[in-house]
Amino acid sequence: MKILVCISKTPDTTAKIAFTDNNTKFADAGVQFIINPYDEWYALVKALELKEAGTASSITLVNVGGADNDPIIRKALAIGGDDAVRVNAENGDSFFIASQIAAIAKDGGYDLVLTGKETIDYNGSSIGGMVAELMDAAYISLGTKLNATGSNLTVSREIEGGEEDAELSLPAVISCQKGMAEQRIPNMKGIMSARTKPLAVKDPVAVDALTSIVSFELPPAKAGVKLVSADNPEELVRLLHEEAKVF
Amino acid sequence: MVLIFADQTDGQIKKQAFEAISYGAKVAAQLGTSAEVLVLGTVDADQLSALGKYGAQKVHHADNAAFNAFDAQVYAAAIADAATAAGAQVIVFSHTTSGKAIAPRLSARLKAGLVAGAIALPDTSNGFVVKKSVFSGKAFAHVSVNSAVKIISLNPNAFGVQITDNVAEVVASAITPVAGKIKVTATNKITGTVPLSEAELVVSGGRGLKGPENWFLVEDLAKEIGAATACSRAVADAHWRPHHEHVGQTGGAVAPNLYFAIGISGAIQHLAGVNRSKTIVVINKDPEAPFFKAADYGIVGDAFEVMPKIVDAVRKMKSAG
Ligand SMILES: Cc1cc2nc3c(=O)[nH]c(=O)nc-3n(C[C@H](O)[C@H](O)[C@H](O)COP(=O)(O)OP(=O)(O)OC[C@H]3O[C@@H](n4cnc5c(N)ncnc54)[C@H](O)[C@@H]3O)c2cc1C
Ligand SMILES: Nc1ncnc2c1ncn2[C@@H]1O[C@H](COP(=O)(O)O)[C@@H](O)[C@H]1O
Repeated sequence: MKILVCISKTPDTTAKIAFTDNNTKFADAGVQFIINPYDEWYALVKALELKEAGTASSITLVNVGGADNDPIIRKALAIGGDDAVRVNAENGDSFFIASQIAAIAKDGGYDLVLTGKETIDYNGSSIGGMVAELMDAAYISLGTKLNATGSNLTVSREIEGGEEDAELSLPAVISCQKGMAEQRIPNMKGIMSARTKPLAVKDPVAVDALTSIVSFELPPAKAGVKLVSADNPEELVRLLHEEAKVF
Repeated sequence: MVLIFADQTDGQIKKQAFEAISYGAKVAAQLGTSAEVLVLGTVDADQLSALGKYGAQKVHHADNAAFNAFDAQVYAAAIADAATAAGAQVIVFSHTTSGKAIAPRLSARLKAGLVAGAIALPDTSNGFVVKKSVFSGKAFAHVSVNSAVKIISLNPNAFGVQITDNVAEVVASAITPVAGKIKVTATNKITGTVPLSEAELVVSGGRGLKGPENWFLVEDLAKEIGAATACSRAVADAHWRPHHEHVGQTGGAVAPNLYFAIGISGAIQHLAGVNRSKTIVVINKDPEAPFFKAADYGIVGDAFEVMPKIVDAVRKMKSAG
């Protein structure tokens, strides 16, 4: 089994969200970027577990983005993976990105593609499903468990109010979230070896984006909290009932 | 034509589908076209005709038991066939666990642009632009869909259910399922409680509650008002509560009418999962707790003293009618 792990770059979870250029661009000055947590903690570590168990023969990381993504890819390689591919394209919507990943997956004969459940900046939850369709592969979204014997997989995924278990065989695409694996901290050996792992840069395949972002907007500031005295909790219940009308 | 996918499990149309239909009906009115619904799998006839009251003019029902087990690939192929046969301009999903699995597949299959996590009606004054939630609820993006066919996956509880006096015509759909590659072996649902993702009211506890033995402070109120229970990541990590209750950036995202937070500091990663809630109440003994900045109502006080009084007040209010 050859695994392709999709790695994206996102602003740190505590980054201040603001926009420039007439609200058309994320203000990235001074912002620290990280590996999208779902990709790092769950998709990548699950792949490592499958390789350690002898089920996977190789792990390649893929990212679609510019050269400024290389430090993030190296950070991921420090956690694990044999090599990486970056498709050199700056912009593009979910369909564009998915088309690039699907092209790499097909060319390289990858039979399991792992993604995070969503990027914490775009919140699309879309790339995995699109890649699966383009590969004509089975898709499990919001995966919480994955076990493999040969080319047969048993998986669990989140559903409303519970989980569903299923069996499938390769090729498959699975989007990963909590439950899949436990976060790993890169060690010194990993960080050293990441520097010399192959990172290939490829040109994108020609695809037209289907969507584009026109502008961003911040939510209106909250009116401010209405504080009720701790001696009079009854007043809070009255406000929730009569003013907010929530019950 | 606007085609709305109404999802079902165990023969029950999901609640979020009603909201998606209300939304789709408004989009159809905006475009001067009809709103039609697609249901896949075994569902009673009365449930199908009842979809009219949310604004559906026609309900297409593919009554084939092969659709009763979920496979996003099989569903996407069927919806693509139905949409193409009927000439759908816009296809609407609810951004639920199944919507998240099917809509992207359909988008790639039809080369139809997808707005995932939409929160408002499209702006059609200049093209087709839909507002969606981004940066984990901390901002919005206006996304232009540039393809002929457009797909919108609507965030649950973003639009609301709207009741009309419309009557729907139910027609049998001839769509047949393609062979699936996934075999569903079990579904395990937590019974007896309101699923967090569907809850309109949520009561949530943090490390301020000191230990799992004190969770009655959360549960008593939840029971009294019919709310689901949630917790912070710190609480789930300490195994005080099951992991499925953990909300935030790395847990579940909720958007209830009420999020009632007890002894939670309001770390930015926690807020990312709850900031789409309509009303936020915070009980915290520290007046500097960051959560107060995101709250609508709050009490600075000790949860152990305040919560029992709140539960009493709710009881009194209920018995007073
Ligand atoms: C990458 C990343 C992702 C994360 N994802 C998440 C996530 O998804 N969800 C999440 O919740 N966290 C997440 N976290 C963790 C987050 O940063 C906080 O550490 C966590 O939310 C703290 O939980 P808490 O508020 O329960 O505990 P604390 O921060 O310890 O807060 C306890 C609060 O209780 C109050 N308190 C104490 N005693 C009382 C009392 N008697 N009465 C009333 N109030 C009292 C205190 O004043 C304090 O404000 C993430 C962190 C990182 C780095
Ligand atoms: N530019 C990218 N390059 C590689 N993988 C990506 C990229 N963007 C998103 N992904 C993967 O797709 C998942 C879902 O992204 P999204 O659909 O944007 O929420 C992420 O968790 C990543 O695993």
